[in-house]
Amino acid sequence: MPANHRTWHVLRYLPVMPAVVLLLVFLAGPVLWAFQASLTNAGLTGRHVRNPEWVGLDNYQRLLQDPVFPLSLALTVLFVAGSAIVGQNVLGLALAVLMRRARPAVSATVGTVVVAAWVLPEIVAAFAAYAFFSRDGTLNQLLGRLGLAETDWLYTVPMAAVVLANVWRGTAFSMLVYRAALNGVPAELTEAAQMDGAGAWQRLAFITLPVIRGSIATNLMLVTLQTLAVFTLIWVMTAGGPSNGSTTLPVLAYQEAFKFGDIGYGTAVATVLILIGAVFGAAYLRLLREQRP
Amino acid sequence: MTARRTRARSTWADVVLLLIGACFLLPLLWLVLSSLDPAAGHAVKVPRQPGLENFAAVLTPELLFRPLWNSLLLSAGTGMVTLAAAVLAAYPLSRYRSRFNTPFMYGILFGTCLPITAIMVPVYGLFVQLRLLDSLPATVLFLAATSLPMAIWMTRNFMDAVPLALEEAAWVDGASRLAGLRSIVLPLMGPGLGVVFIFVFIQAWGNFFVPFVLLLSEGRQPAAVSIFSFFGQHGAVAYGELAAFSILYSVPVLALYAIVARGSGNSLALAGAVRG
Repeated sequence: MPANHRTWHVLRYLPVMPAVVLLLVFLAGPVLWAFQASLTNAGLTGRHVRNPEWVGLDNYQRLLQDPVFPLSLALTVLFVAGSAIVGQNVLGLALAVLMRRARPAVSATVGTVVVAAWVLPEIVAAFAAYAFFSRDGTLNQLLGRLGLAETDWLYTVPMAAVVLANVWRGTAFSMLVYRAALNGVPAELTEAAQMDGAGAWQRLAFITLPVIRGSIATNLMLVTLQTLAVFTLIWVMTAGGPSNGSTTLPVLAYQEAFKFGDIGYGTAVATVLILIGAVFGAAYLRLLREQRP
Repeated sequence: MTARRTRARSTWADVVLLLIGACFLLPLLWLVLSSLDPAAGHAVKVPRQPGLENFAAVLTPELLFRPLWNSLLLSAGTGMVTLAAAVLAAYPLSRYRSRFNTPFMYGILFGTCLPITAIMVPVYGLFVQLRLLDSLPATVLFLAATSLPMAIWMTRNFMDAVPLALEEAAWVDGASRLAGLRSIVLPLMGPGLGVVFIFVFIQAWGNFFVPFVLLLSEGRQPAAVSIFSFFGQHGAVAYGELAAFSILYSVPVLALYAIVARGSGNSLALAGAVRG
């Protein structure tokens, strides 16, 4: 009964359907809709809400002429490079390495604090970071005690403030990834190197890091993707300001769509962000495939 | 390796770790101290007259209880829809051999990479066209879709760990596939399903942007949005009350995370999620 057999082959995958439908309607749908809507003048209010007109590549042309777009792109790169690739990644690795050498009680306590900043709801973390960096906030209070001049961080150096805030918020993820990775490094390897007279830095650079390079690559990809999507933290701390000084792409897309009511143009910005995410996502899959035997 | 050398190295690591930990603690400390200080500002300070006035001020139905109830509906709904769809999808992916599996799982993994904030503008547009704006069930379905890729990935890994032999024994005794799933597989992966549910719940509970864009009327908004609109729009901000509200709103997810971390070792659940 080959026909019957084939039917069974298809039917047995029926339980996958609810998940597939959800993913198609709510994830693939909006992505496809974005490509189409970015070619229209869909609006938030007025007559273009339900009857948007086809405008071709106008939105993308506007994107290229809009001085805010390259600025926003550069700020996004700065935000991702500063807070994810350098900040979270390096600090997370440093924490994981230190935790193996420190007393268990110390490493457990510090680990809990770092993870707490990560588990908190994003809006709460954003409020806490806002209070920390604001004019009469904790940071200025500390600097004042040390006899240093106070700065209005959120206005004079908004990017530095949001980068540091995102490092505070997200380092726990890298720390957990690296703690798991370091647990997988065979002790004989480092011990043998130690016997041969390798110092701690040498062992880290020539033994540990090469062994965990797969985890490093995975972690870099994941924190990049997570940081690319950060909206709430920046929105609460600076709302993209002052004068677009911290408008990363997610903030720009939101502003164009909801503040200025231009859904079509906002969607064009979002489409660029989706494409950047897709490139990193594809690179991540490739990486995973290579790591697997 | 001598004992003295180990200890010397430990102290050095202790000091550096504690310094970093202190930096991470400061913003959190502000939350706790301000919540107990009726005259709180932006700075960290020990309250002169500590008291619970801030908590008393926010413990009202429209300020705290309704938003928290909405958060609960949203998060529990998302958790249940996600878990049901993930278990159903994971079963064939875990139990049958097919050319379909690998591309599907890679597609799923690609889905986890999608920056959700990037699709919120198109999702808003889609919800307008489908007239789904301001609907709690539709928001639940959307949140479920966003957490599904990770949930399917984790659930399949947990299901792979349940030996097929146990299920086969049940079939020999005349049980159907569905009965085998219900009476053998699901109970054995109970803790794993708990982890998935809690992960999804925590994500939905903490999510601000999705309900901020999709839920418009105040009566339907979860705590994440109500806290923002209340304290963000009322010019002179009552920082003590903001901190008190934040703590009450955060406690459930901190507790849930502690349960998962204790049950599986901090990094284990995460490693399962990330590495596959």
